[in-house]
Amino acid sequence: MKKRHLATMGIVAMGAVALLAACEEVKAPEGSKSGYSFAQPETKAMQDDDFVNPGMLVMSVGEAEWKKVAGKAGKSCASCHGDAKEMRGVAAAYPKYDPVSKKPLNLELRINACRTRNMQADEYKYESPELLAMTTYVKYQSRGMPINVAVDGDMAPFFEKGKDFYYQRRGLLDLACKHCHEDGEGKNIRANLLSQGHINGFPTYRLKWQRVGSLHRRLRGCNSQVRAEPYGFGSDEFVNLEVFLSWRSRGLPIETPSVRN
Amino acid sequence: MAQKPRIRVPATAKKGEVIEIKTLVSHVMETGTRKDSKTGKVIPRLIINKFVATFNGKEVFSADMHPAIAANPYVAFFVKVEESGTFEFTWIDDKGGTIKDTKKIEVS
Repeated sequence: MKKRHLATMGIVAMGAVALLAACEEVKAPEGSKSGYSFAQPETKAMQDDDFVNPGMLVMSVGEAEWKKVAGKAGKSCASCHGDAKEMRGVAAAYPKYDPVSKKPLNLELRINACRTRNMQADEYKYESPELLAMTTYVKYQSRGMPINVAVDGDMAPFFEKGKDFYYQRRGLLDLACKHCHEDGEGKNIRANLLSQGHINGFPTYRLKWQRVGSLHRRLRGCNSQVRAEPYGFGSDEFVNLEVFLSWRSRGLPIETPSVRN
Repeated sequence: MAQKPRIRVPATAKKGEVIEIKTLVSHVMETGTRKDSKTGKVIPRLIINKFVATFNGKEVFSADMHPAIAANPYVAFFVKVEESGTFEFTWIDDKGGTIKDTKKIEVS
């Protein structure tokens, strides 16, 4: 009797552990602040109201592209994935290791890989309105969910490369990412307030660009601002950096499409 | 690839009620003062210069737009409604291109 009771307790305890593990959400490190908290009140108001948010304009395009049949296989995204709502949570885990190309792919590259491999269609051009709309549309499904990328196992070497990139001085100004976004957080750089450089809002509607833009566009801007030669859209260097940045932004809720100045 | 204009009109309203209408339309709003960084040539102006809203065929709101209005202009305005009907919204740009959309409202 006593034995059975203990066994029952054991099962209950095991169940509780399993439940805890399932519930365990990745938490943002203390002090981690989204770019949102650095934005002006007007910009915040624009992002908060889904109607006013100009980033929402691309949703109609993303939705149309989702259902559009393309390529020799005669498929659309919806043929395999069904309703776009089914993609909730998917974007939170990107960039992800891709066993076929033996490197991590970010969401943009994954969409293009899906197009060439499964749909036998042409790739979208990086930063084209279609790819931006599609990325925003897919990532929007995970809005509010914490970023949670795996950086162990196969991802580890790429994570290390991204980390090295982040702390590597570059360009004529001889600055690393960390000099502005870790050391200079909250300071003004001319008229701009330096944020922590988190990536939970991308693709973002940037008022300066007057349209939605990708993370890699922002990174290219950062590169040229320190007078360095920018890397290409979707380049290995930027994807590795994106792996590190996603880990750095872990636990922060996805805000896509965010509005920034 | 056309981005649909976003328009918010309440589905129903009381007779004589003042309602708020919000519109957001996708447009580059090229000012005509920028130069192409590769060719050095001025990029011709291409902005929405007129926005008109009509209710049952009668104009209720219009706006002339000029350069210095940002891309994807957002316009919100108030209208007093006395009867059920259809709002028609038209945006006209420098090339004569028009974007049109309609919204219905039930007034009781």
